[in-house]
Amino acid sequence: MDIYHQTLAELCVGLEKGDFTSVELTQSLLDRVAVEDKRLNSFITITATEALAAAASADEARANGNTGALNGLPIVHKDIFCTKGVKTTCGSKMLDNFISPYSATVVKKIANAGAVVLGKCNMDEFAMGSSNETSFFGPVRNPWNLECTPGGSSGGSAASVAARLVPAATGTDTGGSIRQPAALTGTVGLKPTYGRVSRYGMIAFASSLDQAGMITRSVEDAARMLGVMAGFDKRDSTSINQAVPDYLASIGKSIKGLRIGIARQHFDEGLDERTRTKVKDAISVLESMGATTIEIDLPNINLSVPTYYVVAPAECSSNLSRFDGVRFGYRAENAEDLLDLYCRSRGEGFGDEVKRRIMTGAYVLSAGYYDAYYIKAQQVRQLIADDFKEAFFNVDLIVGPTTPSPAFKLGDKVDDPIQMYLNDIYTVGANLAGLPAMSIPCGFVNDMPVGLHLVGPHFGEEVLLRCGHQYQQETDWHMACPEAFK
Amino acid sequence: MRADWEVVIGLEIHVQLATKSKIFSGSPTAYGADPNTQANLVDLGYPGVLPVLNKEVVRMAILFGLAVNATVARRSVFARKNYFYPDLPKGYQISQLELPIVESGEIHITGGDGIEKRIGITRAHLEEDAGKSIHEGFNASSGIDLNRAGTPLLEIVSEPDLRSAKDATTYMKKIHSIVHYLEISDGNMQEGSFRCDANVSVRPLGQKELGTRTELKNLNSFRYIEKAINIEVERQIDLIEDGRKVVQETRLYDSDKDETRSMRSKEEANDYRYFPDPDLLPVEISDEYIEIVRATMPELPDAKQARFIAEYELKSDDAAILTASRFLATFYEDIVKATDATAQVAANWVIGDLGGALNRDGLDIGDSKISSDELAGLLDKIHDNTISGKIAKQVFEAIWDGEGSADDIIESKGLKQITDGSAIELVVDKIVASNPTQVAEYKAGKDKLIGFFVGRVMQETKGQANPIQVNQILKDKLK
Repeated sequence: MDIYHQTLAELCVGLEKGDFTSVELTQSLLDRVAVEDKRLNSFITITATEALAAAASADEARANGNTGALNGLPIVHKDIFCTKGVKTTCGSKMLDNFISPYSATVVKKIANAGAVVLGKCNMDEFAMGSSNETSFFGPVRNPWNLECTPGGSSGGSAASVAARLVPAATGTDTGGSIRQPAALTGTVGLKPTYGRVSRYGMIAFASSLDQAGMITRSVEDAARMLGVMAGFDKRDSTSINQAVPDYLASIGKSIKGLRIGIARQHFDEGLDERTRTKVKDAISVLESMGATTIEIDLPNINLSVPTYYVVAPAECSSNLSRFDGVRFGYRAENAEDLLDLYCRSRGEGFGDEVKRRIMTGAYVLSAGYYDAYYIKAQQVRQLIADDFKEAFFNVDLIVGPTTPSPAFKLGDKVDDPIQMYLNDIYTVGANLAGLPAMSIPCGFVNDMPVGLHLVGPHFGEEVLLRCGHQYQQETDWHMACPEAFK
Repeated sequence: MRADWEVVIGLEIHVQLATKSKIFSGSPTAYGADPNTQANLVDLGYPGVLPVLNKEVVRMAILFGLAVNATVARRSVFARKNYFYPDLPKGYQISQLELPIVESGEIHITGGDGIEKRIGITRAHLEEDAGKSIHEGFNASSGIDLNRAGTPLLEIVSEPDLRSAKDATTYMKKIHSIVHYLEISDGNMQEGSFRCDANVSVRPLGQKELGTRTELKNLNSFRYIEKAINIEVERQIDLIEDGRKVVQETRLYDSDKDETRSMRSKEEANDYRYFPDPDLLPVEISDEYIEIVRATMPELPDAKQARFIAEYELKSDDAAILTASRFLATFYEDIVKATDATAQVAANWVIGDLGGALNRDGLDIGDSKISSDELAGLLDKIHDNTISGKIAKQVFEAIWDGEGSADDIIESKGLKQITDGSAIELVVDKIVASNPTQVAEYKAGKDKLIGFFVGRVMQETKGQANPIQVNQILKDKLK
């Protein structure tokens, strides 16, 4: 099997056995990226020199018997994670010239585990988008069909993993930005519990919803990555001080007796028929493996998209104020005065979707509208969280579709924000409630991948990973490789 | 003040808390460093950075809350105040709006009319300071110094209970003294560690509704506060008496021109789009922690003043002066404990001679060139008649000038008091003999001349004769 088809787990064995070195592996993937990414546009920055140096160090460490969980393994970072000395753009013209002076906690943890970072991945601008079309660096293409979107905002991460350019990528998920692209590209995408992974150094979109996670080809690899990324960080007041379990150790257990919640609301009209069939098939597989299904009710879940599109823009309107052309990032030339500097730097530096959300956010926070929008949305958010809490009294996890339909064509929804936002309909609930959730491949519709969505209770990553891993022992959807990238 | 008008004032005092590091980052807060050398990535608002609350500010806010008999909120929330300005790196200031850490406190002041009154403290909340824009020395541009960005502030908001500029400064001095006592602020007004905004309105005496108020910004000395408020009050009364209206606006006091002028009106006011900061958890304070903080509460100025009056039998004015600063009060008490002189004598010396010397040299009590031990020793020398009070003043100055200890100075300058009765008698005899006219007048009933003779004797002995003995001996000799 060609080296690029291998998962982190497989590569780890190869490195351990000495079948190849990290330098060889890294060089081979860099070569592949150089050729194949021309079709995908999944990278914004390739850090070949740094990667080869890291690979050499990893080989040396392995020779000396010191190996971290990701020692010598190639990964990529979504370009939202600040990386010291490397351009960190967040997919925006605003940060096209921004070389970060420091590294995010996630970046440090992954580096400390010995990983080799090949580069920084394309994404929707400031993580705002569901198709990767808002990126200043152009859209990413879906390896399964280059006419289609890979989803977003972690579209570059998903496409590069799906196309076998790299075995694993970091991502971030504010409303589905890991899980939706994972579903659309046939990869595994995990958004951990809010507070499980540090947000320090991850450029904020909506602070109360943002969570770092990963995109991999197998659930086992996701478990490996999570073990490295998770943990309390004193630099992030919202990270939670709770011990990190050995995720790899628990995924092998059977799912016999696992109680799976099925919410009627996840199968309402709006869900593509063939996608519904694929998801139902997957649930049948889980049942055949000994899980039991229980119908649950999430009565307020249909309010999650409108709630999300009040809360997230509100926070983003404030989070993005720091991009003002004064200290870093894009600055308009020949500003006449301070106001002109602000207006033009932001007017020229931000794209349309970002501006739309900043304006929406400023509106919902403004005097006279705050109670009607922001406060109301927070109240509904609580109701949604309560619904999940209620459900988890009776079930161990909730399963449904990740997206209403498989990948759509690039350009199809770009002028229709509401249609675009509805892509998040099944995923945003987990962000609003702070719950861990994962998408795993469960089949194809018209040769395009379909994602199965698993939501767990707070800090229920183990049950998600176990269920996903066991499913992948019975199925091989995650093994499928896009024809054009075999 | 015009008799038929009532003035209504509320103050917002910004107290810089004396923490070593900033409220949400590890940068130092020391004043006067080179521009931008005390601003890290968090202070600069870099992409991806996050604030982490400095727990010390919470302790300090609790201490203040307890000192002013306020409610300490078991749960308070940081909010973002959004506006654009170059010295505000994140584009928002982290402050507290709906749920401040301290609410419903009070202090008592003696008002301008001499009557004690209660001044309500609506709230005190924690927030971060902004940086500083520097408009001079950069040609057509402006410079930004972010050293101050993120410095912790406690904003103390009073009820509109103050009725004169004098009330306002008295209240502010009292708050100044309290934060100083609590050691939660250095209170340095020149460096901006203690400054205030004043909300001022006037209404005809007897009217219930408040008049339209203006806000005077950034008053950073007690003198300016009083002047600015008085000028603003006059301006408002003039306007109303002229049949015009006071506009609700923010005004700036110009100390050079001694006038207030409009900064921005209410219509131009920003919509700050406050909302809870999602990067910070609500501040939860347990009863146990409040008790731990309470246990560290020092004796406060009012209590100390009362005790000084009761315990040391000081005059109330003296007690007030001595307790104005915690350090001065301690200095004084150290002397009282160490000396045999009376507490009132010690008070006279601390307020009079020491106060004068500090004033003259522009020093704080902390920089005093005479220690409490030295001063206590000096008072003992008066008390045991080694030197007279007058000579002591000479010795005091010599100690102040670094000439050595009291003993050395008395010894080397030969200042020891003459208490030997026969030695004094010799001088008295000499003076009586050489001033026959005055002796005759004295004996004829001009008692006041005793002063003349005492003066001569003291002159002759270079002030070293014990004045009580001199008096007695003179009276005997002149019988």
